[in-house]
Amino acid sequence: MTDNRQHRPQTRSLNIGDELFKNLTRFFAALILVLVVLMAYEMAVQSRLTWNKFGLSFLVRSVWDPVQENYGALPFIYGTLVSSFLALLIALPLSIGIAVFLSELAPPWLERPVSFFVELLAGIPSIVYGIWGFFVMVPWIRSAVEPALSSALGSLPLFRGAPYGVGMLSAGIILSIMILPIIASISRDVLRAVPRAQKEAALALGSTRWEATRIAISYARSGILGGAILGLGRALGETMAVTMVIGNRPTISASLFEPGYTMASVLANEFTEATSDMYLSVLIEIALVLFIITIVVNSFARLLVWTVTRRSTQGHT
Amino acid sequence: MTPHGRVEPAQADHPARQPRIVAEKVNAYFGTTQALYDVSLTMLDRSVTAIIGPSGCGKSTFLRSINRMHEIVPGSRMTGRILLDGEDIHAMDAVLVRKRIGMVFQKPNPFPTMSIRDNVSAGLTFGGVRNRTVVAEIVEKSLRQAALWDEVKDSLDNSGVSLSGGQQQRLCIARALAVSPEVLLMDEPASALDPISTAKIEELIYELKRTYTIVIVTHNMQQAARVSDQTAFFYMGRLVEFDDTKKIFTAPAKKQTEDYVTGRFG
Ligand SMILES: Nc1ncnc2c1ncn2[C@@H]1O[C@H](COP(=O)(O)OP(=O)(O)OP(=O)(O)O)[C@@H](O)[C@H]1O
Ligand SMILES: [Mg+2]
Repeated sequence: MTDNRQHRPQTRSLNIGDELFKNLTRFFAALILVLVVLMAYEMAVQSRLTWNKFGLSFLVRSVWDPVQENYGALPFIYGTLVSSFLALLIALPLSIGIAVFLSELAPPWLERPVSFFVELLAGIPSIVYGIWGFFVMVPWIRSAVEPALSSALGSLPLFRGAPYGVGMLSAGIILSIMILPIIASISRDVLRAVPRAQKEAALALGSTRWEATRIAISYARSGILGGAILGLGRALGETMAVTMVIGNRPTISASLFEPGYTMASVLANEFTEATSDMYLSVLIEIALVLFIITIVVNSFARLLVWTVTRRSTQGHT
Repeated sequence: MTPHGRVEPAQADHPARQPRIVAEKVNAYFGTTQALYDVSLTMLDRSVTAIIGPSGCGKSTFLRSINRMHEIVPGSRMTGRILLDGEDIHAMDAVLVRKRIGMVFQKPNPFPTMSIRDNVSAGLTFGGVRNRTVVAEIVEKSLRQAALWDEVKDSLDNSGVSLSGGQQQRLCIARALAVSPEVLLMDEPASALDPISTAKIEELIYELKRTYTIVIVTHNMQQAARVSDQTAFFYMGRLVEFDDTKKIFTAPAKKQTEDYVTGRFG
């Protein structure tokens, strides 16, 4: 260090700036970590009452009786997971289709507006989706989609029961629209990052364009998976739109037509009604569970996307 | 070898070699820039044709027009004719052309998500060959031809990118051979490799030329002299001279060629 300063005095002041900047960014990064830990800690403390009374069984009980102070989180966990995975199931193939179109097939004059439109979808506030879902999509699902599904696939328990409109199916569909932009744009980016050499290798072997695209998808698969999990993370935490179309009834039912409830929705709906300490602590514990699930899912997704982008910038060795 | 059921002329001991690929007045463009000017060149059956010339002179572009890979570059265009056994490749299905004319790229490009075995059989899968025993036989045969079998026979399920650079390149050669092409185009196949791997690939070319027609682009004069029967010298998108390799390296007709092969420019 001293040597350095003697030989090149001007790098010294640069280094101070660098150091300062590095430490500052380090500080902010650490701050975020501390915040996350603090939040988790705080929620754990605030939900002690529930933890003491029900323990782990809270997660697998399905009663919800605020009058008797008898609670279980299972219907909400179930509702969150089922609606989110349903959304992923619908959104993933669509997103891959869009991404392939944008990265491989679309001419530039079409690619830009479509990309823009897809990204626009991501910017629409969730309440707008909710309102649209409630007034436009739900009636359509009630009168067209559900009757059609039950007449075609009614033998499966998934598609049985009265067509309410509001319910798990509607929640899944609205969520799929909401997570489509993120999955599609990440998939588009990772598909674009596929080295030309990969597609050329396939084409030179006598593959059709579609087969070469499949090679590209396979090359990009962990990135696409990362995008999917990121979308899943978003679906897990989505509140307003789901609340408006899922029916908000804490039941577990095999049929997708039946109403359900999610963790985020019950928090939004019942937080203001939580008059007793117990009730409040129950809601905070549900928040903690949701918090943990989302963090785990998101970290996993980031990890996957990160591995892929690192591999594509390094080339494949 | 009579792939695709065509009848070939009977072979004498030292047969006069038949033209396999004939390029006639090929002009190639990227958008408005022209990369090839009126290139006419005849590549003979069961021989190695080397293409040499300074960087940017259009070697790769020429090679890529032979298997219609040039046309996949957006905005590209070409005029002139390229005949494969007398048939215009542009009158044929591009997919079929590329099955008959295989290609090995400068940088090894195995499919990273596939095992060694699946890499070799990838082209067969495109062709619809699914029978497991047939595939296994072809995989072994191709890997043997590419002189890689002994090194990988116990690890066929490992990823294709778990191999060294030289092994990856031989894997790519095996992959190209597996679809039994008639012609093999090689674009600087050894430029990223160490001398030992390079020697292996040169030996391989020497072996392969008994059954295949090979066109190889190289920056390495010694390599061109060692492996090829005929050599074409390109300069600024034009074919300057084309003759027997011996002639090109000992008594070239053009001054430009002489300057290049003796290392005076390029
Ligand atoms: N994708 C492309 N888009 C536009 N121009 C290109 C493209 N590829 C090549 N060219 C141009 O075409 C000309 C010939 O390129 P080509 O790659 O055939 O050269 P080369 O002889 O193979 O060179 P090298 O020895 O460096 O590989 C060059 O002037 C190059 O700039
Ligand atoms: Mg080149």
